[in-house]
Amino acid sequence: MLAGMTANVVFGLLRAAVLVAALKAANGEIAEYGIAATNTYVWIGQGLLGFILLWGTNELAERVRSGDVVVDLYRPWHLQSALLAQDLGRGGYAFLSRLAPPVVFGMLLFPFQLPASLMQWPLFLVSAVIALVICFACRFLIDLSAFWLLDNRGLFGFWNVASGLLCGLTVPIAFFPEWARDALWMTPFPALMQAPIDVFLGHGDPVRTLLYQVFWAVALLVAGHLVLQRAVRRVVVQGG
Amino acid sequence: MADVIYPRLIGARLRSQMSYRASFALDLVTQVLAQWIELVVILVLFGHVSALGGFTRDEVLLMYAFAGIAFGIADLFAGQLDNLPTYIRTGTFDVLLMRPLGTLPQIMVSDVRLRRVGRIVGAIAVMVYALTHVGVAWTPAKVALTIVTPLAGAVIFGAIWVVTCSVCFWIVEGREFANAFTYGSNTFTSYPVNVYSAPLRWVMAFIVPGAFVAYYPSLALLGKQDPLGLPGWVGWASPLVAALAAAVAGFAWRFAVRHYRGTGS
Repeated sequence: MLAGMTANVVFGLLRAAVLVAALKAANGEIAEYGIAATNTYVWIGQGLLGFILLWGTNELAERVRSGDVVVDLYRPWHLQSALLAQDLGRGGYAFLSRLAPPVVFGMLLFPFQLPASLMQWPLFLVSAVIALVICFACRFLIDLSAFWLLDNRGLFGFWNVASGLLCGLTVPIAFFPEWARDALWMTPFPALMQAPIDVFLGHGDPVRTLLYQVFWAVALLVAGHLVLQRAVRRVVVQGG
Repeated sequence: MADVIYPRLIGARLRSQMSYRASFALDLVTQVLAQWIELVVILVLFGHVSALGGFTRDEVLLMYAFAGIAFGIADLFAGQLDNLPTYIRTGTFDVLLMRPLGTLPQIMVSDVRLRRVGRIVGAIAVMVYALTHVGVAWTPAKVALTIVTPLAGAVIFGAIWVVTCSVCFWIVEGREFANAFTYGSNTFTSYPVNVYSAPLRWVMAFIVPGAFVAYYPSLALLGKQDPLGLPGWVGWASPLVAALAAAVAGFAWRFAVRHYRGTGS
């Protein structure tokens, strides 16, 4: 775990340095991001990364490929709900082990922009939890693609490569040119990372941000449920 | 013997990967995109500023391209070291020790993933763009520098991989620790090193010799003064630094392997 934390902190330091260098070249502010807001953005992002588990495992897809998924399917549970419950439990622990350490690290060592009003703290917490649910729903859909593709490693790899940039982990979405910004906010990606950070920093209307997140959480969970129903019909169990 | 075995092992690896054409093509494209993520970041930032650490967009792109090619080549051969924790934990490292070949070269050719060529291709494309847009007073020496820099950089990255992965002999789950320096160095070297704070620079540019992958050679190529005050010849020293790094890596690996204890059967 200490090794993981080293990696997390090193990447945070690198990203903060590059962004702050850009800010200095732009007279201290780009798109509402000053020095303190940028450091806050980086360290909250580094924390959320492990909390929402942006880059998870491909375990369920591997079980689809090997056929072990049959065991998961004939248990008396709704597979999606059961896995979501598992992921929320993981999130509870990750909140302490993955989210808190980089945020505290950033808070102690760098200029940090704390929320202006007390209300932002619980709103951030709600937003982060919804982000976790959306991230789970996305990963679940990618896993389910294995029912059709059998080998979904191409899609899984694509997600791992592109999601960091699209969700606002690598560079704030607000830095993008307007057309790209508008296009990205039409997708669920910013709901994973940029939305909770915006709520914490007080960028934009928090209620609107949360509603946007809730919409995608519901839409993607329903999509996952429907896709699972169709996928199950494709499963052929050899007797035994 | 080794001179016949290694090409054959690599050949077998490559043939096996080419057998699933569609999957391979998708993997290759993903790797090109992976390389271009940082390119997008650079372009987005330069949408707001005209210089980063005193360097223009195309100059930064040149450093990014050098770093990308070097990292791609190193990843091709040394990326397999990321699997070292599995070898150590499951005890399969014993098998490598039994064979009459070096352990390090065996791991390096164990899984040469051809798709990683995608990273190199993506970076070369940016280098061609950057070289045609920055002002370089070309001389034969500078042409040689342009060719040697990515190769020296690859050796430096490879050495970083070997040294940091050697830690896994002590801390078995040390892969993420190693990644902080391998993948971290890729990001670090893609930007001029004077944008980083002094402590970070000391660790990642000089102790881990990241500054010699792209930054100093680029300065020499562009004929620019180092804002950090080192003399101009430093830009030509990368091959020397690479040789030194490789030697350190060799010692570190031998020292680490000696520490290895099998898990028994």
